[in-house]
Amino acid sequence: MNYLSSHPLRVAALAAGHVELVVTALAAALVLAVPLGLIAARRPGVAPWLLGTLGAIYTIPSLALLAVLVRGFGLGFTPIFVALVVYAQFMLTRNIVAGITGVDSAQVDAARGLGMSPLQVLVRVEFPQALPIVIGGVRIAAIAMISIATLGGYVGGVGLGVLIFNGLTLHQPQMILAGSLAASALAIAVDALLRLAERRAATL
Amino acid sequence: MTKEMKAGAIRFERATVRYPGSDRNAIEDVCFECGGGELVVLLGPSGCGKSTLLRTVNRLVPLDSGRILLDGDDITKRDPVELRRGIGYVIQAVGLFAHMTVAQNIAVVPSLQGWGRAAIAQRVDELLRLVGLDPEVYRDRRPSRLSGGEAQRIGVARAIAARPQALLMDEPFGAVDVLVRTALQRELVRIVAELQTTTLFVTHDVDEAFRLADRIVVMRAGRVEQVAKPQELFEQPATQYVRELVHAGDDVYRRYYLHGRALLRGLEQ
Repeated sequence: MNYLSSHPLRVAALAAGHVELVVTALAAALVLAVPLGLIAARRPGVAPWLLGTLGAIYTIPSLALLAVLVRGFGLGFTPIFVALVVYAQFMLTRNIVAGITGVDSAQVDAARGLGMSPLQVLVRVEFPQALPIVIGGVRIAAIAMISIATLGGYVGGVGLGVLIFNGLTLHQPQMILAGSLAASALAIAVDALLRLAERRAATL
Repeated sequence: MTKEMKAGAIRFERATVRYPGSDRNAIEDVCFECGGGELVVLLGPSGCGKSTLLRTVNRLVPLDSGRILLDGDDITKRDPVELRRGIGYVIQAVGLFAHMTVAQNIAVVPSLQGWGRAAIAQRVDELLRLVGLDPEVYRDRRPSRLSGGEAQRIGVARAIAARPQALLMDEPFGAVDVLVRTALQRELVRIVAELQTTTLFVTHDVDEAFRLADRIVVMRAGRVEQVAKPQELFEQPATQYVRELVHAGDDVYRRYYLHGRALLRGLEQ
């Protein structure tokens, strides 16, 4: 606790870096997951293959994946960024598929029959109703990413993980504690925020 | 040929559909014509192809051979999305959009067609009154807070909102209880007569067919057995199958009904 009160600006700066890492990775992951999820939702044959592959990737231990990525990209922001994008895919894609395929088929039939184009069916009927489940996926992914992003301190010198890993090398438990507490607080805050968004979307 | 047809005329010419992977045609060589604000019931047991036939009209199911003319124009010549906006569509499961209010549901097609806000609001209230619901009470409700009968009334209002050329109804009253069903049937007859919109109505319920139809198309295994007015179907069934179908169950009621209807029509004229 002492480190947190004696170095509030340093912790805040690293927390900001942590948030930046997670937010950019989450955005990039969504850019990838939305088309993947839509393709899988439209083609029932594709979904098990895609989700199976992403699920298998998800089970690779994060340190092992990072070791491979560091060999490819070197130390720095990139390997941890890529690792986060890769890990998030499973959770995001799975929930997009579940959200879209979970929409009442009668509503989709009615939407088509009344003369909505395929894009209008997606945007006006399927997506608004899938939104709570999609946000649920974003929430779970974001929390996992906040935790995995601490490894960024090890491979890239970014985020709250810096405090944890420096604390380990310098034998400074106060630093480790400060980094861990800040990361946990971040995760709890994001969880609460996205839960709220989820509930909002459900009553939309 | 095309010039003679009335507005809202649907003409099937040897319409045939075979679903991929099936070894028989879902509908085969269907030929008949309807129009002029007629209410035509497609009647037959489940699996006879009546819903498939209905869904060929708005191109939810494509024909494998033959063609369908709507007001004289081959429907495949038109963009399917634009075609569907001109044809009302009501299904048994209703399919009201759960994230929209009643008013927004009814406004779907008018807003797709780019109507102005005021025109839409006015039309929504007009339609709610037409289907017997108070606009003040129902306008801003969510579909989750409607009874089955109310939901299907909204389904009908949504289908006719943009004054379609024709109306397609796929067992619309199959899921509501008998009292509500009777009320909805009565109102449908009134609405179709008022709007003069040619309507194709799918059912497996013989009594419902007799209650609603100007003409009945009896289907069996993808083929049309007979197209006739209810009275004619009753008195001159074309096949043994039609005879069995129209006399199945409580045909005494049907006799009474036809008699009463003939009397009523006579009084109206």
